[in-house]
Amino acid sequence: MRPYLTAASGLALIASIGPAQAEGVLNIFNWGDYTNPDLITKFEETYDIKVTITDFDSNDTALAKARQGGNDFDIVVPTSTSMPIWIAEGLLLETRPDQMENFRNMDPRWVDVPFDPGRHYSVPWQWGTTGVTVNTEVYAGDPNTSAIFFDPPEELVGKINIVPEMNDVLYMAIRYLGGEACTTDMELLRKVRDKLVEARPKWVSMDYTNIDRFTADDYAAAMNWSGGSLRIRLVDPRFVYGYPKEGYPIWMDNVAVLKSAPNVENARLFQNFIMDPENAALISAYARYANGIMGSEAFMADDMKTAPEIVIPAEFADKGEFTEACAPEVTALYTKIWTDLLK
Amino acid sequence: MTQAQDIIRAAARRDIRNRWWLSAPALVIIFLAAIGPLFVVVLYSVMVKGDYGDVKYWQFSGQGWFEVLFERDMFDNTVSFADAHLSILWRSVKLAAITTIVTLILGFPTAYFIATRPRHRRDLWLFLITIPFWTNLLIRTFAIQEVFRNEGLLNVALMRTGLIDQPIQIMFTDFAILLGMGYVYLPLMVLPLYASLEKFDFRLAEAAADLYANSSRVLRRIIVPMVMPGIVAGSILVFVPSLGAYVTPRLLGGGKNLMLGNLIELQFGQGRNWPLGSALSISLTAIVMLSLLVYVRAASKTEARHG
Amino acid sequence: MARPYSVQRQRGFTLIALFCFVLLYLPMVTLVVYAFNAGATTSAWEGLSLRWFHAAAANERIIDATLRSLTIAPIAGLIATVAATMAALATTRTAPYRGLTFKYAFINQPLMVPEIVTAVALLVVFSRVKIWTGYSGLGYLIAAHTAFCIPFAYLPIRARLETMDLTLERAAADLYARPWMVLRRITLPLLWPGILAGFMLAFVVSLDDVVITEFVKSAGQETLPTYMLGQLRRQTTPEMNAISTVFLGLSVAIVTLFFFLSRKTD
Repeated sequence: MRPYLTAASGLALIASIGPAQAEGVLNIFNWGDYTNPDLITKFEETYDIKVTITDFDSNDTALAKARQGGNDFDIVVPTSTSMPIWIAEGLLLETRPDQMENFRNMDPRWVDVPFDPGRHYSVPWQWGTTGVTVNTEVYAGDPNTSAIFFDPPEELVGKINIVPEMNDVLYMAIRYLGGEACTTDMELLRKVRDKLVEARPKWVSMDYTNIDRFTADDYAAAMNWSGGSLRIRLVDPRFVYGYPKEGYPIWMDNVAVLKSAPNVENARLFQNFIMDPENAALISAYARYANGIMGSEAFMADDMKTAPEIVIPAEFADKGEFTEACAPEVTALYTKIWTDLLK
Repeated sequence: MTQAQDIIRAAARRDIRNRWWLSAPALVIIFLAAIGPLFVVVLYSVMVKGDYGDVKYWQFSGQGWFEVLFERDMFDNTVSFADAHLSILWRSVKLAAITTIVTLILGFPTAYFIATRPRHRRDLWLFLITIPFWTNLLIRTFAIQEVFRNEGLLNVALMRTGLIDQPIQIMFTDFAILLGMGYVYLPLMVLPLYASLEKFDFRLAEAAADLYANSSRVLRRIIVPMVMPGIVAGSILVFVPSLGAYVTPRLLGGGKNLMLGNLIELQFGQGRNWPLGSALSISLTAIVMLSLLVYVRAASKTEARHG
Repeated sequence: MARPYSVQRQRGFTLIALFCFVLLYLPMVTLVVYAFNAGATTSAWEGLSLRWFHAAAANERIIDATLRSLTIAPIAGLIATVAATMAALATTRTAPYRGLTFKYAFINQPLMVPEIVTAVALLVVFSRVKIWTGYSGLGYLIAAHTAFCIPFAYLPIRARLETMDLTLERAAADLYARPWMVLRRITLPLLWPGILAGFMLAFVVSLDDVVITEFVKSAGQETLPTYMLGQLRRQTTPEMNAISTVFLGLSVAIVTLFFFLSRKTD
């Protein structure tokens, strides 16, 4: 490679054991592998700001780190489910994106969202759904049902992966059995537990997926995120995405600024920057989710514009809902069911 | 009391004092960056859990400890023994024990092989053992998966040669976990074994053989007792981390069964029950620490008997 | 006459050892092969290409994370090995004294606690320190890595020491060699295989750490494993294989160098 450059940056790195420079910097704390490097380069060049990206792998880790503070993060990208917690605990700065220049580009649909009414704190990053990815060569039936997970047909038994997201799995199971999100109906919860315990032996694994596991036929079906499913289909057209008609979660990841942010102004610039349609399209081009900014479609690749993974078909549009973090008592019940399931 | 005795005592005291100075750097580092912070966990274990993770500071409760051993049935509210936690503990201990035995069976001959190479070649072989581990754990695990998956190297090879006509499901089984764990932890066994085998005087074994001891006897009566410290060190290094392992079980085993590591992680993560997580980990530490002390005592006794 | 017993030739042992080496390197072969894959996956071969090496070299985040890992691991490994060697000298070859068992338990403690717990504890404490001092650099990661590396270095060194012959050292001491000379000329050379084994373990363990790093890292302090954790949810591209292949190449180069150097001194 480039030995001198490498050695030089190695030295620079050792030198950087000292405190980080605080001027012209923006520190983004985002989900892993979720940030388009082209978007960052463009932002850096536009504003002459050096951006660092640091990954987290769960809302709870991000929350724990932000609560303790001291890590120099400016921007954080929590999911809709946990946004109310971040706001209630006073971790986020009220940057008023609703008064920013590019706010006019925001899809009105995403302005008065339950987790940040009127958008006083956050700007949409990407949104998507959790549904079914299934191999049509193995399974010819209707993909739009969570029966694929909970009462799997013979041909899928032993080939199903379930994401180990406790809340998503329980939400789907509760809706499948006719309940409401965060239910405390004990009779129903008992049925949920029994259904999950009965279904588990028919799953092959409970893991976060990657494309290889589908293309290499480790899995024929999975509980999966819409963008992940789209990326699979683009590599391997045998796979389709289904919206469970019994109910499925919609989620949105949101760009917010931490109260403890060392570089507040740069963080505001970033919030405004990503509400520009062309920049929002860059976000979507990478992770393959919709972004909530009007006009960004014009800058997207054709395979994104009509993708059924992104444009929810009308007949399933009202089957999905934004899920919220359940109350602590409910989380305790869920954790018990989850432990029972995996013991 | 004679003067000579005084001098000997003073020398012994000085020796012990020097030994404390000598171990000070290790003790200080571990205190600052490992043990000290753990007092936080002890405190957390007796506080009230926060609504969304963390704890409510300075509100105390025994709930975390209660939940380690008992559970209130969510449906009929009766209190019973937390059998979920026990079965997870049992599964983890079993897996860690089998991993230790497998790595010992594979690692001992390997260390022996390295230790009997010509002197200048030994470090080379040692490096060869560690080279695969320069590759990140996750990548290594994915590489193992390439070998064992249904369309992987092994199954394809077996099918081409006609030994099987259906791929054998190895991925996402307990066997896959065991393979992966054995793979990941092998050097942790080989290196300490090698370190104590390397200085073993193989002339002893030759002498024994000359006295008509057969090779298994030589192994059992001479070599094994001599390298006991290495076996102890290796077993600890493999057993203890594999008790808390969670990447390998999840990626290769499919994550359908919780291990102790995952159970504790669940409480600090999605389960949002930090006091229970803290109490569980303190219990685990105590169990491991106690069994370790018993094990080391027993091992050094064996050593004394043979030595 | 009985056939002379040859310790060098335990055929069963040699077979198992060679089996181990094959086992260890088999996945490495697939890894290296797919690093040269023209296609975008690590499971279907689509022809030879250097594409992923270029991609990795152009990926600032990978380079940055790799360099950071390669900064932390040697520093943490080295400090841990020195501290562990001293501690091992202090805790072996002596009559039991008060505090010996305590020291032993103390030094091995980082092994006993599941990583996630140490990680949470360090998060809580180090965050306070970061706020108080205003310093949020790499020092915290190095300190945390050093601490959990110490037992990995300590155990092999101690195992070596425990069975080391005292005769030479006593002889030297009897000849009025100063303690420092005894240590440098006799003890350390005899101890060397243990130290090398200990350092290599510490280095590798630091290079692999995910959980503690995840909780301790500040902004912009991604290491290779934490960076890769993010990739788990997406696709394992051959880019990662390319980086690993470079690592492998590097280690092979070091081994080769080492081999020739040790041949000379022999």
